[in-house]
Amino acid sequence: MAIKAVLKYAGAAGMLALLAACASTAGPDVNAASNDTTAATQPAGPTPGSEADFEQNAGHRVFFAYDQYTLTPQAQATLARQAAWLKQYPDTKILIAGNCDERGTREYNLALGARRAEAARAYLVNMGVDASRITTVSYGKERPLDPRSTEEAWAVNRNATTTLRTTGS
Amino acid sequence: MTKSLRFLLTVIAVASAMMSAAYARVQIDITKGTVEPMPIAVPEFISSSDQTAGVSRDLTGVVMADLDRSGLFAVIDQRAYIENLTSVNVRPKFADWRLINAQVLVVGEVTQLDDGRIEVATRVWDVYGDEQLGAVSFKTPADNWRRAAHKVADYVYKALTGESGYFDTRIVFVHESGPKQHKVKRLMIMDQDGANPAPLTDGLNYQALTPRFSPTQQQITYMALFDNKPGQVYLFNIETGEQEQLGTFRGMTFAPRFSPDGTQVLLSMERGGNSDVFKMDLATRRLTRLTDNPAVDVSPTMSPDGKRIAFTSDRGGTPQIYVMNADGSDQKRITFGQGRYMTPVWSPRGDLIAFTRQYEGQFYIGVIRPDGTGERLLTQSYLDEGPTWAPNGRVIMFYRETPTRADGSGGEDSLWSVDLTGRNLRRIRTPGEASDPAWSPLLP
Repeated sequence: MAIKAVLKYAGAAGMLALLAACASTAGPDVNAASNDTTAATQPAGPTPGSEADFEQNAGHRVFFAYDQYTLTPQAQATLARQAAWLKQYPDTKILIAGNCDERGTREYNLALGARRAEAARAYLVNMGVDASRITTVSYGKERPLDPRSTEEAWAVNRNATTTLRTTGS
Repeated sequence: MTKSLRFLLTVIAVASAMMSAAYARVQIDITKGTVEPMPIAVPEFISSSDQTAGVSRDLTGVVMADLDRSGLFAVIDQRAYIENLTSVNVRPKFADWRLINAQVLVVGEVTQLDDGRIEVATRVWDVYGDEQLGAVSFKTPADNWRRAAHKVADYVYKALTGESGYFDTRIVFVHESGPKQHKVKRLMIMDQDGANPAPLTDGLNYQALTPRFSPTQQQITYMALFDNKPGQVYLFNIETGEQEQLGTFRGMTFAPRFSPDGTQVLLSMERGGNSDVFKMDLATRRLTRLTDNPAVDVSPTMSPDGKRIAFTSDRGGTPQIYVMNADGSDQKRITFGQGRYMTPVWSPRGDLIAFTRQYEGQFYIGVIRPDGTGERLLTQSYLDEGPTWAPNGRVIMFYRETPTRADGSGGEDSLWSVDLTGRNLRRIRTPGEASDPAWSPLLP
């Protein structure tokens, strides 16, 4: 019975994750910061090769089911676009941060976040992105995007987020 | 920051035969599930001069609060007391104390010494046995009266339970501020009763997480969670304020905890996304791998005899608690209940392992024997996590988080303590939000 409940829970959360993932790839992202106003004032869209360009045209965040680090088809599609974008801009370096919802202990979630970041990293490397361009980090449950204690918020907070590293160092 | 202090412990007058006879009469058995608090009278400590009157009153208040908070004693209201004691060296009128149903009477006196220190003399009386259970005297700088009070409370606790107390101890914890999306987390230290809170770290460019006290020294280990690079384990000397990163590793190091002798730090290290358990010898800084499993292995904790290590692993599909030998051999799962079991913490007595259990949307703090039998859940809420043991293994402190509502309210972290019996759940007062408590050993 407990297992059933867990599966049901994971299923529901997975659905939300899928929805969230779709939403993020369709345009307006769950992260409000990506909707910067420059997009509105410049009809041409974000500067090619920029962080905003990456977020808008590749998608910088993939989502996971509860206590899972396997990549959903949607996550794989997003990562494939990330890989294509990264090949287009071979001088860029990225950081992948793994994040978790608050329904776990601090230490276990740090380990789980590392797994999520690694799942995304491995997929990109498999798609031909040079491993030396990628750094991973886990923030566990310490950096929730959505602070609310709801299924919707947890689904958004279970993610691997890719950002461009500032070059030149 | 700790004052160097030496308590001179003098047993004023006690015949050991008399003491054991007295134990038989009024001793509290704190291993029982249900303990009726023992009625105890603690009249204001007698002051030898006007100079010490304020200290006497404050010190008595701290003793009373310690005893009351333990849940083992019911401190009788001072207004009910009949006899007005004038010296610690006078035999009380036991009839007066029996009239108000006191079973135990604590009489103390504070004397100003010529060298500027104070002397705190205390006698513990068995009211119905008409006899002294023990007597003790501490000399300490006057401004250190709080610790003297905790020492007195520890003495009373031991006289009446036969076990060491835990009042003269400190708590290191994570002080939290700012929005939940990226909280500022720094380390603070305070007395066990919440007094004297002081920051240990300030102005850090990282979040300080999961501090743990050395069982042998005024030293802690914790995790620094950086922006944009993997978090690393740190060592922090509370006496000197010095801190250092415990090695530089490509992968994240986290979940540190001292071995019982304080010479090693157990931790998890992540490589290529996978976390395993390691131990680091602090003298040589040599790192030894203890688990090598494709599943997550985290949160190691060593038994007080140093022979075994408990940890969390999800190798069975969900996080559960496993126990292995200290060299990593003979890894066995010990939790089989429904839900997930995490953050094992071995009791300083060795008899139990505290844990966090997650089941059907709730979190619990519980205890289980190292062989996996005798599980008992002590607390339940939306999120209870991170147990830490009092040095006598009788009380557990942990942190509790409330859910965050749609309007952003709630989501508050606070410290709580609960007896091993599951009774006496109390919130610990902290300046602001707090999490990840770590209980110190008894101070020297």
